Order: sequence, then structure tokens, then C-alpha cells
Amino acid sequence: MSTETQARRAGRVTGGSLAAHILMGLLALYFLLPFWWLVVAATKSNDGLFQSAPLWFSDFQLIENLKLVFTHENGIYLTWLRNSAFYAVVSGIGATVISALAGYAFAKLRFPGRGALFALLLGLIMVPATALVLPTYLLLAQVDLVDTIWAVILPSLLNPFGVYLLRVYVHDSIPDEMLEAARIDGAGEFRVFTSVALPAMRPALVTVLLFTMVASWNNFFLPLVMLSDNQLYPLTVGLRTWYMSATLGNGGAALFNVIVVGSLVAIIPLITAFLMLQRHWRGGLTIGAVK
Amino acid sequence: MTEVRNEPAAAPAAAGLPPRSGARSTAGGGRKRKWNLREAATGWLFVLPFAVLLVAFLLLPMAYAFKISLYRSTLVEGEVFAYFDNYKQAFDDPLVREGVVRVLIFGLIQTPLMIGIALLAALLIDAATSRFSRFFRLAAFVPYAVPVVIGTLMWGFLYSENVGPLSGLVNVDFLSGSTVLASLGNIVTWQWAGYNMIVLYAALQGLPREIYESAKMDGAGQVQIALRIKTPMISSALVLATLFTIMGTLQFFTEPLILQPLNPGAITQHYTPNLYAFNQAFSFQQYNYSAAISFLLGAVVFVGSYIFLFATRKRSALR
Repeated sequence: MSTETQARRAGRVTGGSLAAHILMGLLALYFLLPFWWLVVAATKSNDGLFQSAPLWFSDFQLIENLKLVFTHENGIYLTWLRNSAFYAVVSGIGATVISALAGYAFAKLRFPGRGALFALLLGLIMVPATALVLPTYLLLAQVDLVDTIWAVILPSLLNPFGVYLLRVYVHDSIPDEMLEAARIDGAGEFRVFTSVALPAMRPALVTVLLFTMVASWNNFFLPLVMLSDNQLYPLTVGLRTWYMSATLGNGGAALFNVIVVGSLVAIIPLITAFLMLQRHWRGGLTIGAVK
Repeated sequence: MTEVRNEPAAAPAAAGLPPRSGARSTAGGGRKRKWNLREAATGWLFVLPFAVLLVAFLLLPMAYAFKISLYRSTLVEGEVFAYFDNYKQAFDDPLVREGVVRVLIFGLIQTPLMIGIALLAALLIDAATSRFSRFFRLAAFVPYAVPVVIGTLMWGFLYSENVGPLSGLVNVDFLSGSTVLASLGNIVTWQWAGYNMIVLYAALQGLPREIYESAKMDGAGQVQIALRIKTPMISSALVLATLFTIMGTLQFFTEPLILQPLNPGAITQHYTPNLYAFNQAFSFQQYNYSAAISFLLGAVVFVGSYIFLFATRKRSALR
């Protein structure tokens, strides 16, 4: 009898799981097809893009296209790439450091005003970032910071969610006794933070760093509003200007293949990082999540 | 779709927004220890950079936006205090109303659709453990790693009659006045469904497995377990995923802006409230009016999220 139920259960599971796998296959196709198209299209010349089957290779021009993207308009693409990386690294590290300090202080240090400030933070987490971009532009315009790298970096350093996350993490994972012991051993407050708390915070720090860097790499609205010098553009804003001039057709040949290859090159670093650091990403989505 | 979603751990973390019940007790209760001056000073020093940023890039811009939204610039007198005239104008502006209605329709259709797909995908990978389900989990999440601008550019090509594979398959103009909203919805769904899937999947993983056993004994199939047990048990995560989708929808901006040159007739300068505010400021130098719209939009999102969280707090993890 037990073998019978086992067999039946096995049979049902396989039947159900076949349907499940077909469904997953269809959904996977939906999520991945655009990438397949992008990879194929990146190998085509501008004419080939328009004249060949969209989902299969024709003239293989990938190397020429890559050369084109890095030389177009005096190689400004490389500048954009560098800018994106710079903004991502500086905002990422800066925001993480600032959030770590604040998160730790909120969790473990007693100081007057802590409760009020943290309550304020919780409320302000709900303020939509996009609604702040225009006013921030107007404010920065008054202090002549618009159209500088600071206009992109400074606002990106503010990450209330990072602070909240790290506070929760520190509160849950670092026992007061551990800090107390270090204090008794004669460590100063800063020393306690750097040598006891920071190492224990590592998993959460990596997560916050990853997410802020990605957010900054992907950011568009803020640099779009803040910058008018195209030498300061990140990739997202730069590619959009190419796309605009190509689709509107004003000025010169519309080089769609440059945009396609530029898009592919722009997403490769992130997708690579994502595949390599999967564990942290998924961890990040669940830190402080429904428990 | 919006910068809010680009906000790092924003949405996901919110999946647990609750200030833990324990959180407050350390602040006040527990071992009552008097502030020691050195510790208090360190505390302030540690939060200082964050506090400065909070004031400079959150409180001040908000206050400033509110202030200038109360003024009007006139040719004769310059800036004049106009009370709530800009807000009155915004409420009466048919272009604002059009954008708001569009965004609402968009949210009402796209949000449940996307959350539905995300839930389906999460239930699938939760039930089927195979090498393919691991691959699928990855495949669904990859679009999230693509910048919204580039994701939209890609779909712009895919939709196009000349270079896109879709036009060969079906005879639809994806960018006409009547279809472009659905096309935009597809981009948003493609980009964010996998992200929401991971959030929901994480919630499913947190459920105790034993409860499925008794259901199986009672003869429930996988589908019934998924619909009657798993889904209700992750309602809190569903609520929060929905909330963040709605918040994002209200601020819909990047996708319509990118696709605008493809059909400026269909995607107007006032297509969404956020796009309208942006164009008021940068195409027409109407900073006061733009600030009023921005402020209004921000307030709606802010208040809306609170009401939503409050109304659903029993279902969500929030206490």
C-alpha cells in the first residue's frame, strides 16, 4: 500500500510539475526574449538591423559596432560609462558609510533626540523620491551646484531605507553584551563601532552597498534634471539623447546600431555583477522582510 | 518605472517596514541607563552626516517646493504671493486631470496583472524544485538589473515596425494612441514582475512546510494548497508589493518620456502628472506651477501610502 501511494503521489507530482514547468518555460521566454533580441541586434549593421530577421543573426558586425560605439562623437560613450561607474561607486560607498554610522547609532547608542529623529525618518521613508527631484534642482540652482557632479552625488547619499535596514540588522544581530564587553576592555565608542560592530554588520553592508550602487547606476531622473553638460552625463541620460536624435531624425544619420550596442554594453556590468552576487541580492530583498 | 523603485532596498525592505515591537523598548525601557555624555556625543556624531543630508535633500526641498508653490511670477510685479492659486489651477487643469485619470487606469489594470504574474511565478518555483526552476528564478529577475531607460529603449525597438520581431508576429501598431498605454504597461510588467516574484517567493519560503502535510492528507492538490493556503498566508507581502507598485505608478515618468519621440501625438507632454510637472518646469519655466503639481503628487503618494498601510495593517505585517 505504501508503495502504491508513493507511486500515485510521484505520478501526480510529475503531472503537476510538467504543467508547472511549461508555464515557467513560457514566462522565462517572455523575460528573456528581449535579451536575445538585443544580443542578436548588437551584431548587425544599421542596415542589417532593418533588413534581416529580427531574431536571428545576419551580417556579423559586432566588432565594428563596438568600435563605432566607442568612437561615435569623439568617444563620448566611454566618458558616460566612466561617469556612471564613478557616480555608482561614490554614491554607493558614501551612502553605505553614512547609513552604517546612523543605523548603528539608532540601534545601539543612547543620545537625546534619537527617538524623535528615528520617528521622523520612518515618516519620511514614504516621501516619493521623484517628487523631490524638481525642488532639489531649484534649491541647488540657488547655490550654483546644478550641472556639477555634486548635484548627482549629494542627493544620492541620502538613503533612509539603508539606515532603517541597518538599524534593524544591528538591533537583531549584535547583542549589547558584545559591545559592553569591548567597552569594559577599554575601547572607545568609535573603536567599538569599527572593530566590533562593523565586522558583524558585513552581510547587511554588502547588501546596502549593492543596492545603492545599482540604484545609482540605473538612476535617470535625477541626472536628467541636474545635468546639461553632456560630458557629465551617466549612460542612462546619454543613451537617451542618442535615441532622441535617432528617432527624431534631426541631424545626421540615425545610427540605431550604435544605440543597440551601447545598451548591451551598458547592461553587461550589472548583469554580470548580479549573476555573481546572486546570494546577496536575494538576501537583500528579504533582510528585514516579513518575519 | 520610477526613481522610487530605483531606491535601493526600498521596496523590498518595506516588505517588513514594521518598526519592530522590540525597537522602541531599547530606546526607552530595558535597562534604564542614564545618557552618558561620551556616548550621547558619539551618537550625535554618528547620525550627523545622515541628519544633515536628511535636512538638505529631503526637508528643505519639501519646504522650498511648498513655499514657491504659493507664489506666482508675473511680468509686472515679479514674484507675488498667490495663496493656493496654483493648487486651484492644478485642480481645474484638464491636462492634470487627464494625466491623473490615465495613471489611475494604468494602475488599476497593470498592478493586479503584474502582481498576479509575480504570484504565479513565485508559487511555481516554490512548488517545483528542479534545476529549471532555479534557472527560471534567475531569468525572471534579470530584467530588474536593467536600467529602466535601457529596458524601455529595448522595448521601443521591439515594438517598432521595422526592426522589432513582434510586428512580424501580430499585426498591431504597438505605439498608436489606443495601444501605447498597454505597451507601456508591458514594459513595466516585464521589468518588475521578477522583482516582486522574489519578494513573494521569500515570503513563501518563510512559511512552515508542515502545514502543507495536513492539507495533503485531507486530499488537497498542489493547486489547492497554492491558492487556499500559501496565497492567504503571504497576504502581507502581497499587500506591500501592491503598495509599492501603486506608489511607483503614480510617479510614472521614465517610460513615457523615453518612448515619446516614437509617437509624440499619443504620448503627450502631459501624459502623466509627473511628466507634466517636469515639462512645466523645463519646457515652460513655470516653476511655481510645477512645484505645486510636484508637491500635490508627493502628498498624494505619501498620504495614500499611509492610508493604504493603515487600512491593511491587519493583513500586512505592520503593527
